[in-house]
Amino acid sequence: MAVVAFADPGGGMPATARETHAALRGVTRVYGRLAALGPLDLDLAKGEFFSVVGPSGCGKSTLLDVLSGLGRPNAGTVTFEGAPVDGVPDGVGIVFQEDASFPWLSVRDNVAFGLRRAGMDGAEIARRVDYALGFMGLSDFAGAYPAQLSGGMRQRVCIARTLVTQPRLILLDEPFGALDQQTRLLMGDELLRLWRETGATVLLITHALDEAAMLSDRIGVMSSRPGRFIEIVETGWPRERDSRIVADERFGQITARLWSHLREESLKAIGKSSSRKTSVP
Amino acid sequence: MSGPATLPAPEARQSWLIDGVVTAVIAIGAWQALHAYAGEAAIASPLKALRHLSGLVATAGFWSHATATLTAFAGALAISAALGIGLGLVLGLRRFAGEVAEPILSGLYAIPKVTLYPVILLIFGLGLGAKVAFGVIHGVIPITLFTLTAVKGINPVLIRTARAMRLSQADTIRTVLAPAVLPEIVTGLRVGFSLTLLGVLVGEMFASQRGLGFLIVNGISLHNVKQTTAVILMLVVVAVAANGVLLWLDRRFIHRP
Ligand SMILES: Nc1ncnc2c1ncn2[C@@H]1O[C@H](COP(=O)(O)OP(=O)(O)OP(=O)(O)O)[C@@H](O)[C@H]1O
Ligand SMILES: [Mg+2]
Repeated sequence: MAVVAFADPGGGMPATARETHAALRGVTRVYGRLAALGPLDLDLAKGEFFSVVGPSGCGKSTLLDVLSGLGRPNAGTVTFEGAPVDGVPDGVGIVFQEDASFPWLSVRDNVAFGLRRAGMDGAEIARRVDYALGFMGLSDFAGAYPAQLSGGMRQRVCIARTLVTQPRLILLDEPFGALDQQTRLLMGDELLRLWRETGATVLLITHALDEAAMLSDRIGVMSSRPGRFIEIVETGWPRERDSRIVADERFGQITARLWSHLREESLKAIGKSSSRKTSVP
Repeated sequence: MSGPATLPAPEARQSWLIDGVVTAVIAIGAWQALHAYAGEAAIASPLKALRHLSGLVATAGFWSHATATLTAFAGALAISAALGIGLGLVLGLRRFAGEVAEPILSGLYAIPKVTLYPVILLIFGLGLGAKVAFGVIHGVIPITLFTLTAVKGINPVLIRTARAMRLSQADTIRTVLAPAVLPEIVTGLRVGFSLTLLGVLVGEMFASQRGLGFLIVNGISLHNVKQTTAVILMLVVVAVAANGVLLWLDRRFIHRP
């Protein structure tokens, strides 16, 4: 597996020098007779922003499933903060690819759900929920129910519901999938701000190459199923960054690099191969 | 309240009212036509039935019959609901048991319940017990099936969310599963409500000397068509009103996905 660095020395964070926060070793996942994932290794450094890109159906959600402790790997080990993972550990927050908002609760109650279950003091819940609602641009919809919201807004409710619990490792599965490009960029900025303020480790699964290129310290490019990392791209962005780096010339280089790998893998994933195509006279 | 209102828009409420009035007019028209076709000896006219009913509700005898029906119905509905929801939850949560039970229940639901009446009469004899049993055999199966289907069909990502939040099994059932299946259960209860009432009334026709069901057949055997028609009229009005109230509660308090 190649590791490509676009790093400015002294720019971002040298991920290798940091303490490991979560790790996968030789992990595979099989559904019946279908090999969905791996074997695969991954070290998430404490406080890094890691994105995963890969063709549809390559096993990205399966990776999140195993890393979060929701699903067990068929082989290999998963550790979080040094301990083996069995069930979702305390300190891990998950945002699923599907809409997981609770239709019977208002936006406010959805976001407060995890904190109430944890028995937190009411005033503190109100403070955190208000902050998260503002953060996600949902303040005007605090009393609305999910059925009254758009798909993108519902996904924001789920993000807020996870963020208020202040996880140390945040796992996000295509959280901005239902958003338009402008909102997506702005939400990316908000996510970066939150990441900086909390010092959390973020693993973001996305199908948007520009999003991965703009947000991440490192980007793992996955092969078609069974998913493995074929390349880890280090962006070398400074920790203080926002969507304006899309104007940086390195942004184009990174995105192009991601696409050069993904084009091939995506063709495989939809059952075509570029070699066959080029052999046509 | 901030954010969008939860009540239906005024136009929606108005069209509801129009629908109701139109339905009522059609029903009364059909009734009048049926009366004209079948004659005075088979079915009383709407006006006559209404007049007779207003006389009837002034008598103490009528209310003792109505109370008998209400008592049996309340008991039957409570048993149907408790049994149906409990059974549906258990069968829905235990996948295997559910897969075995569902076709059996659907089969039971499909058989005409009249075939069970002799058995029930033998077990419970004449009176309240049999009436309640008639109500329950009609009401319990749909409530069970609605609950079972809801539990089996719950969106899996909601359960995954509960696991992601490290909820205990009891908390998952109480705070995620139960509210997620509530809308379906409410629908099941609405269906169960009508069918339980039907069962109780049929029970009264077969197995009792008391209750509104008895008044209906009694009117027929005494050639008192006005009494039969008046009691039916009252039952229809009460059933439609109750269904309307249940629907309103449903729309007002249940947020469907
Ligand atoms: N519960 C399951 N049972 C059986 N097969 C599954 C299950 N979940 C996923 N798969 C299969 O495993 C493979 C990887 O699925 P996964 O959801 O991880 O892909 P993904 O990379 O997240 O795709 P996408 O980008 O479309 O979300 C797919 O071929 C899928 O059909
Ligand atoms: Mg996925």
